[in-house]
Amino acid sequence: MISDRTANASLRGFKPLVSAFLAALLLACGNDAADSDAGPVIDDYFETLQSQLLDAAPGDVIEIPGGKFTFDRPLSLTVDGVTVRGAGMNETVLSFAKQMAGAEALLVTASDFTIEDLAIEDSPGDGLKINEGENIVIRRIRTEWTNGPDTSNGAYGIYPVQTRNVLIEGNVAIGASDAGIYVGQSQNVIVRNNRAEFNVAGIEVENTLDADVYKNVVKNNTGGILVFNMPNLPQLGARTRVFRNRIVSNNTKNFAIPGTAVANVPAGTGVIINSNDQVEIFENDISENNTANIIISSLYASGLDGSETTDTFDPYPEGIFIYDNRLTRGGTNPDSFELQALKTLKFGLTGSLPDVLWDGYVDQAKLVDGALPPELRICIENGPAQIINLDAPNDFKNPSVSTTAHNCQLDTLPPVTLTGSLADNS
Amino acid sequence: MGRVQASIALLITVALLVACGRGSAPRPSPTPTFHESGFPQKLSDWGVISVADGHLRLSDRVFPYDLATPLFSDYAQKLRTVWLPPETSATFRAEGDFEFPIGTIITKTFYYGQTSNGAVSDEQVQLTTAGLALDKTRLIETRLMVHRAEGWVAIPYIWDADGKDASLARTGALFPLSLRRDGESSEEAAEFTYLVPNQNQCAGCHATNNTDRTLRPIGMKARHLNKTSSFQPAFNQLDLWLLAGALTSDEEIDATGLYANVNWSDASLPLNDRARSYLDINCSHCHSPVGPADTSGLNLEPDAEGAALGLCKLTIAAGSGAGGRPYGIVPGEPDESILVYRLETDEPAAMMPELGRALVHHEGAALIREWVTNLPGSCSA
Repeated sequence: MISDRTANASLRGFKPLVSAFLAALLLACGNDAADSDAGPVIDDYFETLQSQLLDAAPGDVIEIPGGKFTFDRPLSLTVDGVTVRGAGMNETVLSFAKQMAGAEALLVTASDFTIEDLAIEDSPGDGLKINEGENIVIRRIRTEWTNGPDTSNGAYGIYPVQTRNVLIEGNVAIGASDAGIYVGQSQNVIVRNNRAEFNVAGIEVENTLDADVYKNVVKNNTGGILVFNMPNLPQLGARTRVFRNRIVSNNTKNFAIPGTAVANVPAGTGVIINSNDQVEIFENDISENNTANIIISSLYASGLDGSETTDTFDPYPEGIFIYDNRLTRGGTNPDSFELQALKTLKFGLTGSLPDVLWDGYVDQAKLVDGALPPELRICIENGPAQIINLDAPNDFKNPSVSTTAHNCQLDTLPPVTLTGSLADNS
Repeated sequence: MGRVQASIALLITVALLVACGRGSAPRPSPTPTFHESGFPQKLSDWGVISVADGHLRLSDRVFPYDLATPLFSDYAQKLRTVWLPPETSATFRAEGDFEFPIGTIITKTFYYGQTSNGAVSDEQVQLTTAGLALDKTRLIETRLMVHRAEGWVAIPYIWDADGKDASLARTGALFPLSLRRDGESSEEAAEFTYLVPNQNQCAGCHATNNTDRTLRPIGMKARHLNKTSSFQPAFNQLDLWLLAGALTSDEEIDATGLYANVNWSDASLPLNDRARSYLDINCSHCHSPVGPADTSGLNLEPDAEGAALGLCKLTIAAGSGAGGRPYGIVPGEPDESILVYRLETDEPAAMMPELGRALVHHEGAALIREWVTNLPGSCSA
């Protein structure tokens, strides 16, 4: 996998880039940890830093100088209104390779929290977890498992859960055995200008309301960007916009632990919408994802059946609008025997699957005169892009390209507006 | 309550017992001192427990107590005490936490048996009327929970090398330990790293509501305390506290009618009661509808059921904790159940609880395995 990364790094220089903005972004993020030199290794910083975290008062800024700091225990913060700031994501490196206890490297249970300009490496569990809080800024953080994709890597790199009013920008997430950037059960979130590579899921938005995910570079993951709803949680997600991202070559073999939701993600998937509603996918550059550039599925078809769910859980993806993306070279080599067979049968040995795969599950209870109400439909306005209905409800007996049936428009969602102390960042 | 009236007659007897317990120790014990703020450097600054005459001694009106089923902490033994300011008492609640007055000091001392070659053992060292005999004991740490005007505060102390006092350790510590169990030879000893939590990690368990994040004692609930006293076996522990005036109630308390957790290790009791008691004390401070682990949708309080209890429930964010298994609990299939996996592993990223153990609790995990094996039903996958 290291060689893959090197190859990509060199390719990067030759590829014509779609915009000057993206070029700048890639240059800014171009330094992998393998190249970083944070200077001498400092082993005894735990007391200093954890004491600062314990004694912090609202308004405090905790500065961590350049250097590589190793920790045998996790760090934690419980005080509202604190900023933790390093000297840069390649200069201030917090290494947890020797961590002996704790399920994350840094656990924050506080609001009005900002963290920026440092790296968290090689945590046995999650990297940065923020469990419940509002007004959260995660900026120019690198979370990385430096050995590359590996099932024994920690699950999540950047992991805010049950948060509200959140800005995640300029970060780099590499090597997570679940999601590089995972936003769970949150509300009012912007995820932008990040780079996620070599994770099982690059960026995952789960059970979250009102999220804008844009201008991210999402490459070489198993699945690029996931918009999921899972059952048995206090909050169901809806209203996520995924736009102007570069979602390319997410073909890394799935290395998740079996049993996790992402273990069922086929390698070679650009975007997956699973059981979520009111999702807009537009103006992205989605290319070279070998199973499909976009998958739309329900909980039923994602290998997660047989489970108990609460009555209020809605497993059907509804109100999905896909438009104006650049969808190229997807579906050429799908990651399942059945999809390979389907590709050959329907599209020939040298053909490829359509850009959009849909499992075909529809909530029969919501049909009006045999059709879904307009606002619940899956609509695609994306030039020549086609959608195939896999007919999963009938055991995949009659998959069919059904592009014209999805030729419709939905009202677009309003942009996410950050509020309060984050209002200037929208 | 009838029990109280019946027991009133025994009040004098109890008082005598307590008095007798201290009769042979001529040196006066320290007087407990409530510090309204700050973090005193030494455990002795609190005057609640102290070392004298080769024993760890409890000061006057410091009550030892224990729980029906305790949290597992790497086979450490625990001495729990509570002290209330003079002329105050705690208020009984049938459900939820007892209410304690400002000034209450709760201690929990973690210790092991001491072997000759430096290893620690799980040989039980019991509190006697003289205290805890230190010649057989390796004291590790004492954690305080102090009820101040601003709320409960957790303060960890680590025992000094000379064993005479313990020192403030707000950032916690890691100790390499070698544990010999059940008379194992030194070759069989388990090498592990014992974690003393830092103050935030105290809150990781004791902030049982992740929204208000106030710290609370975990064991100070009727369901954990409603049991025969280990220190005065003639009495129910709640009765003892009532008799001593340490506990008051607005309503009649019928201990026999109260929900009570059971001793997880008492094989004569129903398997379901033992398992649910074990899951309650070990898990539900986080895995409740309001706890830090409400993000998982898994609830291990005594009244949870169905998917909330983990039955055929998908994991949300278990990471490696999923262990390759499909659901939280698959009835009848412990090897398909994530819950069992997370108790049987000692990988930091996968194990549960996340903190407070480095070793597998073999007997506890075996209990949960047996419980899952005997659960009726199946998942329809």
